[in-house]
Amino acid sequence: MRRRLTTSAKVSVNKYIGRPQVEKTEMELYSRGAGPDLSGVKSRAHAKKLKKRERDIEFSAQQTVRTDILLSEESGYLQADEGEVTTQFTQRQIADSVDITSATKRFDLNLREFGPYRMNYTRNGRFLLLGGKRGHVAAMDWVTKKLMCEINVMEEVFDVRWLHQETMFAVAQKQWVYMYDKQGIELHCLKKLNRVLRMEYLPYHFLLTTASELGYLSWLDISIGKIVSEFNSRMGRLNIMAQNPFNAVVCLGHAKGVVTMWSPNMREPLAKVMCHPRPIQSIAIDNEGRYMATAAVDRGLRIWDIRKFDGSVVNYKLRSSPSSMSFSQRRMLSLGMGNIVEVYRDCCKTTAERAYLRHRLPRTVGNMQFCPYEDVLGVATAVGFSSLLVPGSGEPNFDALESNPYQSKSQRKEAEVKALLEKIPHDMITLDPAAITEIDVPTLQDKVEATKKLLVSRFADMELKTDCVADNIPCLLCIRVLKGLRETHFLKGVGVVAVTRGMLPVGSLVDIILGSDTAWCAKDMRTDET
Amino acid sequence: MKVKVLCRNPDNYLRETKKDIFKVPRNYDPSLHPFEASREYVRALNATKLERVFAKPFVSNLDGHRDGVSCLGKHPFRLSWLVSGSYDGEVRLWDLPQRENLWSFQAHSGYVRGLSFIPDGTQFVTVGDDKTIKFWYTEGGEEPVTMYLSKTVLMGISHHRRNPMFVTCGELCQVWESSRNEPVRTYQWGTDSIHSVSFNQVETHIMAACASDRSIILYDTREAGPVRKVVLRLRSNKVCWNPMEAFIFTCANEDYNLYTFDTRKLKQPINVHMDHVSAVTDIDYSPTGKEFVSGSYDKTIRIYEANKGHSRDVYHTKRMQRITCVMWSLDNKYVLSGSDEMNIRLWKARASEKLGVLRPREKLAFNYNEALKEKFATHPQIRRIARHRQVPKMIYNAQKELRTIRLKKKRKEANIRAHSKPGSVPHVPERKKHVVAEHE
Repeated sequence: MRRRLTTSAKVSVNKYIGRPQVEKTEMELYSRGAGPDLSGVKSRAHAKKLKKRERDIEFSAQQTVRTDILLSEESGYLQADEGEVTTQFTQRQIADSVDITSATKRFDLNLREFGPYRMNYTRNGRFLLLGGKRGHVAAMDWVTKKLMCEINVMEEVFDVRWLHQETMFAVAQKQWVYMYDKQGIELHCLKKLNRVLRMEYLPYHFLLTTASELGYLSWLDISIGKIVSEFNSRMGRLNIMAQNPFNAVVCLGHAKGVVTMWSPNMREPLAKVMCHPRPIQSIAIDNEGRYMATAAVDRGLRIWDIRKFDGSVVNYKLRSSPSSMSFSQRRMLSLGMGNIVEVYRDCCKTTAERAYLRHRLPRTVGNMQFCPYEDVLGVATAVGFSSLLVPGSGEPNFDALESNPYQSKSQRKEAEVKALLEKIPHDMITLDPAAITEIDVPTLQDKVEATKKLLVSRFADMELKTDCVADNIPCLLCIRVLKGLRETHFLKGVGVVAVTRGMLPVGSLVDIILGSDTAWCAKDMRTDET
Repeated sequence: MKVKVLCRNPDNYLRETKKDIFKVPRNYDPSLHPFEASREYVRALNATKLERVFAKPFVSNLDGHRDGVSCLGKHPFRLSWLVSGSYDGEVRLWDLPQRENLWSFQAHSGYVRGLSFIPDGTQFVTVGDDKTIKFWYTEGGEEPVTMYLSKTVLMGISHHRRNPMFVTCGELCQVWESSRNEPVRTYQWGTDSIHSVSFNQVETHIMAACASDRSIILYDTREAGPVRKVVLRLRSNKVCWNPMEAFIFTCANEDYNLYTFDTRKLKQPINVHMDHVSAVTDIDYSPTGKEFVSGSYDKTIRIYEANKGHSRDVYHTKRMQRITCVMWSLDNKYVLSGSDEMNIRLWKARASEKLGVLRPREKLAFNYNEALKEKFATHPQIRRIARHRQVPKMIYNAQKELRTIRLKKKRKEANIRAHSKPGSVPHVPERKKHVVAEHE
């Protein structure tokens, strides 16, 4: 696997003496990027400090590579023999040839009465939440198949979503969003979140993001119970939503073939990407925030590198258009097309020739999700739920301080407190989450533009009242701002004249000191513009 | 077909018994730890806030003196012992962990002017207004071990690091040896009196003294006369050598500042330490030489990093009056201050430090927080919280006033410069403003 230690060939005699050798290539996974360019650092002390920091960072990467030996689990795989392809293996064949414990992870739930269903796994992959269109909501530990609660909310259910832990979940019902605890007891009814179609939960920000039928986007901070941001996206009905787990930006798909990206801090989208000429059907974003898959009704599937916004990386033409998609932790992509689920491997950088696995379900797919830290794909259909085995899809080694499938109750409580303590403020949601560590140096261009903005500005109509004291000293003028004109005015014999960008109320007085050539100053304007 | 599906054995992940510790497997793959930068920033912010929450530097108060405390003496190797002298001539020995007075006696009539331990710590020596130099057993005893009579007034004393030799100051600067009744050497430069003297602890034959003619004089016991002299704008109250860098000393000045000098280059101080709003009365270096503490007439104690111009912390209490003496303990953890209102106060050197034994995880967490605070120290929000100190209204107003005065001077200078011939009013850096003259 990529994480086995290889001692270099040179040290054959005493390879057990000292620390194991680490190759540069192995450190790449833990690299924090190239260090700063030290050529511009003027003082030697600072350069030394920065160099030391880089050395420390490299040392930590080295040490981390050395800890890889402690990763105990190997990822799953499915290898076809000669003359076979992996696509031909059915779920039954796979389940028959794996161990009993893994075979129990392949199961179907027949829930014919209350479908079509939607589903969601918790972040540690241990718990499953199902919501049927006709009001059936169920939460369960799907590994032990133990039901936590099962209720009928007696209302239409549009979406279900686990909150920070398995103790709480949110259900988007016909009118409002409700929150239930793990026993199915209603905790809150959020009447401010009205006619919600889709929900996403941002675990590190404690934000529940909702998109409504009326085009409203809301971010609800569930730790304090306040809506931190809410506005109309002006994009119509919002029924396709995905979050970018890398930077917590929410992506919406629209009928114009556009994908928009939103943060709670801006009423305009951070980015608008024209992805397809036809309406978008579904979006999925991989865990590292590198690739976005978009599918449209014209059966096109495109993979985008969302760090670049530079055209799609790979284009596919499918047999039918996928209504739902999902990325696994190891970047497998599953597509739900009608009643068929296809899983693709290595489909982002290169074009995948054929599907890795294919499975036919009894009815159409509602939504699906790869179970974190398991080789399992959960598919909610019109008539229930299917848990499919997809070998090699899940991350084999979890980090218990991040999300732990074997969490005990006390660990869960402690993790909750820790997570709350380091809740990231919502105003730090940006396209680049590492922006906070970068140096905020306004570029020369910014500076020049700021000056320009200050100096050159559109003019309001001005009426001049000259109170010249003498001809050869700077004189004080009173300018009355009038309605209307918005063009540059030059005063004869004085040079450039100031001023407003229509910010001042009509009729207000502006003192302008007119000096030689371009020296001037508008009292009110300066404060506004700088 | 070869197939394997992820399958974990729960026994590898669950603890066996309830008394076992939880198993916490880690995976440092960055893709499993998103928002690294933002989370670190939030942690740094929390750490900074916690630091301010736990900043409670005051440890205890030693009361017992019947008049203002005039000097403190640190035992060369017993951390728990402290000797203090007061204005009424009384000397007391304190047990710091117990916070109790072990013994006390009348050592002098009038002030106890100075106090210094001999190198082996068994005895200490005091000088008083009664022109006597007295040696005392540290273990106690009403009678002095030895006594020397001086012909002139004595204002301070400092014992040599190793040899049985000490120096007193007053009208003259006199070097004594404990076997002789008369000073072995006498130094004088000008007619003014010298009110503080201190031996260098590394280059042990070098001494520095503050004279009331605003000067600091350097002596070498191997030479017959004083070596060098630097004159400042106002008089210095106290001089203290850096215990790690033999050529560096810092003086506490009447003009609210402290000046750090390099003995090799006395033309200008290498650093000016500002922030006090009244005369600085005493200074003491930490044993690491990286920081020092200063006490002032403005009723506050400030802690400076030796190479920084502004204090990193300020300590004050409602009841503490003018500070007469300060001391940094030899374990680098505590700071002591004696003040006019008869009390000796014990402070933590780092205000938010947790005292006592730290468990490994605690230590790890503190180290991690320190690293984070350093990494994000320049972020505006974090810097604001880390720098903020609540000071008494008097100090706050005085600071404001001083700032106004400074700005006014600056503005005036700028105006003069703007209306003079270019180059005729040069910029004078702060460090060059304070030294009046240097004599050899």
